Amino acid sequence: MEIFVNSSYIVATVLFIFGLKLLGHPGTARKGNMLSSLGMLVAVVVTLVANGIVDYTWIAIGFVVGGIIGALAARMVAMTAMPEMVALFNGFGGLASLLLGWAAVESGLSAFVLVTIFLSILIGGTTFTGSLLAYGKLSEKVTGRPVQFVGQRFVNAALLIAILVSGVLFAMEPTNPVWLYIVVGLAALLGILAVLPIGGADMPVVISLLNSYSGIAAAAAGFAIENNILIVAGSLVGASGIILTQIMCKAMNRSLSNVLFSGFGKVSKSAQKIEGEVKPLSADDAYYVLEAATSVLVVPGYGMAVAQAQHAVKELQELLEANGAEVNYGIHAVAGRMPGHMNVLLAEADVSYDLLLEMDQVNPRMETYDVAIVIGANDVVNPAAREMEGSPIYGMPVINVDQARTVFVLKRSMASGFAGVDNPLFFKENTRMVFGDAKETLNTLIRAFGD
Amino acid sequence: MEIVYQVFVLILAIFVGFELIRKVPATLHTPLMSGANAISGITLVGAIVAAGIREEPTLSKYLGAAAVAFATINVVGGYMVTNRMLAMFKKKEGGRK
Repeated sequence: MEIFVNSSYIVATVLFIFGLKLLGHPGTARKGNMLSSLGMLVAVVVTLVANGIVDYTWIAIGFVVGGIIGALAARMVAMTAMPEMVALFNGFGGLASLLLGWAAVESGLSAFVLVTIFLSILIGGTTFTGSLLAYGKLSEKVTGRPVQFVGQRFVNAALLIAILVSGVLFAMEPTNPVWLYIVVGLAALLGILAVLPIGGADMPVVISLLNSYSGIAAAAAGFAIENNILIVAGSLVGASGIILTQIMCKAMNRSLSNVLFSGFGKVSKSAQKIEGEVKPLSADDAYYVLEAATSVLVVPGYGMAVAQAQHAVKELQELLEANGAEVNYGIHAVAGRMPGHMNVLLAEADVSYDLLLEMDQVNPRMETYDVAIVIGANDVVNPAAREMEGSPIYGMPVINVDQARTVFVLKRSMASGFAGVDNPLFFKENTRMVFGDAKETLNTLIRAFGD
Repeated sequence: MEIVYQVFVLILAIFVGFELIRKVPATLHTPLMSGANAISGITLVGAIVAAGIREEPTLSKYLGAAAVAFATINVVGGYMVTNRMLAMFKKKEGGRK
């Protein structure tokens, strides 16, 4: 029987690996997801029928409750709320690893198994509370600003020591529940303290990292209960999550430790004064410029998600194309609140993905664009990253919209972005600010084209 | 010896994970992340065993049952949102100009 179970786990593993591979190409991604879910189905069914299960009552209850909640949440979530949904799912995965590690505690375990139980509880708990807080920050139930307090490093160091000590005590006396409760509590605290100092703008990195953690937690739980498929699938996710996190960090020109520990660099008083004046423009006047344009670049940011403006953007794109203009989208790797957030939203609005260009593709030909329309993006188009050495975002690669012939910035007000940094773009000679709700503005433009 | 085998498996899986993700276009980062996230719900397999391996009601059993519920949310929700996102990506391919 064990041979049968383990061979099926090999099949499931192969399906996971092929699934992930196919997920990496736009054309085959959906098939990849199907394969991966098939792998999950194989693993679950085989475990149910052939692993010596004697009581199905609680399993069935867990399935029904979890299945209904998961399916409803997945079906009802708006595309704009996807980042927080993924964070929440991820948190539940971490919690499951914590509970599983806990359930594996019994007397007479080897030291190695106890250590892996400790790790699955620690990482699972950290993932859970960290993801919940990330969910709160993304859905703006909790302030998105980095929260830092005096002595934070000291508290963190003390917490780490406390975790190690309670881990040792737990390993020495695994049947005493007190140590276990302390480990669970400290893990929960660690997750909160780890995410608290990280600002909303860095959330794509955090989500991707927490995703990796939930995989590592699953792998640790796999060691605890001596189950190979947990080890394999968990470490696959852990490794792929770390790579993805690195891609994100590279896009911001920051190291991972800088993202995790520094909050967002203090805004140092820059010696350079921002010069020039803000030139507002009404949407109706913007229309005349767009009508004459032959190439247009749209640079979306989180503001497009907030205003739910993706469909209006697509409509404008069609009108511009009908008018003989070429329209491209310039997508910064960390625009939005989740890796690839903008791509998903524009895909929802039916924008063909070959029009979505990455930063490296649009920057070299920026001078050739007649108009660059910035919709709700701020930090990712901030020329201060190139020009102002004192700026906290100095050195971050940005989309150089200021080098286009004309720049329209669709924006509610003059407030600065998530990073809290002033944006000299708004004061440039070729920049026109179109104030107001992005969707309203776009609709005005669309109407003007209709007339 | 068992442990050495498990670590062996772990190391190989980590390398496969690294290699799989290295070259993925930014467009797919979100679906990839949520798809990988669904896979991390593999804890479900362990949770099933914990919840059903014994008849008598123990703490482990209830912890296992709760783990089944949470892991199922992760798995079902994760695969479904991924599929929803990818369906949008796919739809355009036919309609592309």
